[in-house]
Amino acid sequence: MGELDFTPFYLSFKLAAFATVILFVICLPLSWYFANSNSRYKPIFEALSALPIVLPPSVLGFYILYALSYNSPIGAFFDKYFGLKLVFDFPGLVVASCLYSFPFMFQPLQNGFESLDKSMIEASYIGGKSKLETLLKVALPNIKPSLITAIVITFAHTVGEFGVVLMVGGSIPGKTKVASVAIYEMVENMDYKSAHIYSAILLSISFLVLLFVYLVNRKYKKAKS
Amino acid sequence: MILVEVVKKLNDFDMDIKLTIKEGSIVALTGESGSGKSTLLRIIAGLEDAKGVIKVGKTFWLNETKKTPPQKRDIGFVFQNYALFDNMSVEKNLLYIKNDKALAKKLLEMVELTKQKDRLPHQLSGGQKQRVALARAFMRRPSIALLDEPLSALDQKMREKLQNDIVKMHKEFDTTIIFVSHDPSEIYKISDEVIVLKEGRVDKKGLPKEILLKTSGSQKLSFEGEILDLKKVDVIYVAIISIGQQIVEVVISEEKAKQIKIGQKVTISTKAFSPVVGLN
Repeated sequence: MGELDFTPFYLSFKLAAFATVILFVICLPLSWYFANSNSRYKPIFEALSALPIVLPPSVLGFYILYALSYNSPIGAFFDKYFGLKLVFDFPGLVVASCLYSFPFMFQPLQNGFESLDKSMIEASYIGGKSKLETLLKVALPNIKPSLITAIVITFAHTVGEFGVVLMVGGSIPGKTKVASVAIYEMVENMDYKSAHIYSAILLSISFLVLLFVYLVNRKYKKAKS
Repeated sequence: MILVEVVKKLNDFDMDIKLTIKEGSIVALTGESGSGKSTLLRIIAGLEDAKGVIKVGKTFWLNETKKTPPQKRDIGFVFQNYALFDNMSVEKNLLYIKNDKALAKKLLEMVELTKQKDRLPHQLSGGQKQRVALARAFMRRPSIALLDEPLSALDQKMREKLQNDIVKMHKEFDTTIIFVSHDPSEIYKISDEVIVLKEGRVDKKGLPKEILLKTSGSQKLSFEGEILDLKKVDVIYVAIISIGQQIVEVVISEEKAKQIKIGQKVTISTKAFSPVVGLN
């Protein structure tokens, strides 16, 4: 017990925090735009954005690995101009996690915005307010449950990711070996005791996170009725 | 003068409106459901696209080359479903539109909601919500206030209160008010002019008295009603008719009884005697 290394947990949470913040910044304007759009290209984007839910993580991982590797234009660009090696390093894991967890941030936000009373938004426009101000001061505060769901589930889902991380990051201790990958290795090495402890911790965290989301949503629904 | 000449393709018909409205007047917009009343209000507000011209005073809000966005049209809008900002208190709903505490205080006093200023919308009754929406619409001191069936969801007592509030606001701000209504007494009470829409066109336009009075020729009194029931009592026929909120019995001829059906809309009028109005 004494020598149990918690670095993989630290890495998992660091990765999840990065991915959540980046995805929130990207998905907020995107989901707002798509919730108010009638474009005929909308279903194409929606289908693309939902792909990570249905694709096997190995497929997604393979493509990301292929796209970010040093031989690909994207990988070469980041290496040359930013000195960033994306594969088998932490920055690559962040990029992969953002792609993998995208729908978990995008969809709740989009659903939240779509369920808003349209005339509330129009009332703000008529009051002379810009789209941005309406988004921040009227739309966002009125979709609190969706907002909390999006943030918490994105975070938890990134902590729980395994296949994509393994393919893009490998298992380099202190760099890319996150908790889920560490458990896989422990089982492979028949270190069941550590695997039990790690798994129990992840299980408890996941349960508590979900419990929190459901409790908040319940409280919000009660307050509204 | 406000000039509205717009065309728009709708599902059932093409909207083609040509009208002028005197600035500072209260105009009632009426007509059957689906005749384009709400759409017209939304076009004036800039919430829906249309082709044509909207000119308020000397300013164009819409013409061939430009479409002023709703943010820049000097309007107030009261939605049928209130559309209050659920995350803000009553007072903040007003202050969000314009951070003018003195005006917010005055408007809340006018609609008698000063005590409720810190409440959230879900803690208000329907009538209170609509009064907040009305007060909010005047926060920008708009040149035109557009009211989309503002009173239809309220009971009679609350309607009367809000009718007075609308007149009060009009006097205070000298705003042109265009409101959608189906209620003849409401239209008569507060409007200077009535516009009747039919399938996207102006069907009639005139003084409330000219448009609303149902009598014609030598009729002294006339009501519209709906046949609820037909009964034969001995040798006479009696029709039970609903008129407004009331139900009356009218004796009709055998010939008429054969012509009319339950559920039919009819006109009930008298010619021969002077009606007597009694005090309740």
